[in-house]
Amino acid sequence: MLDRPYITCQELIDFLHLYLDGELAAERAEEFDRHLSVCDSCVAYIDTYKTTVLLGRAAFRDPAAPVGPEVPEELVAAILAAQRRGE
Amino acid sequence: MIEAAGPNLSGQDAPSGENGVRPEAESGWLARLRDGDASAFEWLVREHGGRLLSVARRFLRDEEDARDAVQETFLSAYRSIGDFAGGSRLSTWLHRIVINACLMRLRTRRRKPEERIDDLLPRFAADGHQENHPTLWWEGSAEAMIERSQTRAIVRQAIDRLSDPYRTVLLLRDIEEISTGEAARLLGVTENAVKIRLHRARQALRTLLEPHFREPER
Repeated sequence: MLDRPYITCQELIDFLHLYLDGELAAERAEEFDRHLSVCDSCVAYIDTYKTTVLLGRAAFRDPAAPVGPEVPEELVAAILAAQRRGE
Repeated sequence: MIEAAGPNLSGQDAPSGENGVRPEAESGWLARLRDGDASAFEWLVREHGGRLLSVARRFLRDEEDARDAVQETFLSAYRSIGDFAGGSRLSTWLHRIVINACLMRLRTRRRKPEERIDDLLPRFAADGHQENHPTLWWEGSAEAMIERSQTRAIVRQAIDRLSDPYRTVLLLRDIEEISTGEAARLLGVTENAVKIRLHRARQALRTLLEPHFREPER
């Protein structure tokens, strides 16, 4: 049985976003799965990439912050004044 | 799948509970706004201004610019309230306007020195293997990490280090939960360009975060 070559780490990582979003053709996705079955580095990369995405999404959320951020009073005044001037 | 199923600003409503106003109450305010009621305009500013300022601060990273963008947003909304058909929540409509205002400012603003994206992308040997051999991060699950305010501060600072084209698309897609199609329209690029740019932004962010979270060498 002829062993076909694995895709490289670079090929996988360059198109990782398509793989994770399910946008690769089935045959291509299988090649990615095959590479991941033998490459701990890429498995670790994907794990930390996914963590990065989750951290990025949560970076601006503060569970301890009051609901509804305040708008500075001077900004409110400036906006109302500009509207009265017809800007 | 990582792709976020966030609100599409072209048509769908913002997530419920984003502000305290029920839709039926909002329609009353909307009618008064269309009549040019000054107190209704003040309500609009106080009800939505804080959240819009938070959005503008994330994009513009300058307090004065952010406040100017918010002011432009409300004045634009006041002028064009007659065009608002009411098919989405006011908050969604204002969100779109402030993002547009921020993107326009970013296009004309002189760029500050930023890290080159290429310096933050993974490196590969001639045979296509990764040069750096990443390991799992040691701080446990993303959920546990996110709970710590220090983690969130580190991530925000790292996002700030990205150059504008990549930081902007990361903010649009992952923070503001704008769809790929809407982001492409706002940025004036193809959807494929948005996807590639987002992927590179995430890769660069990962590179910036790794020194903080990787398992210490034994």
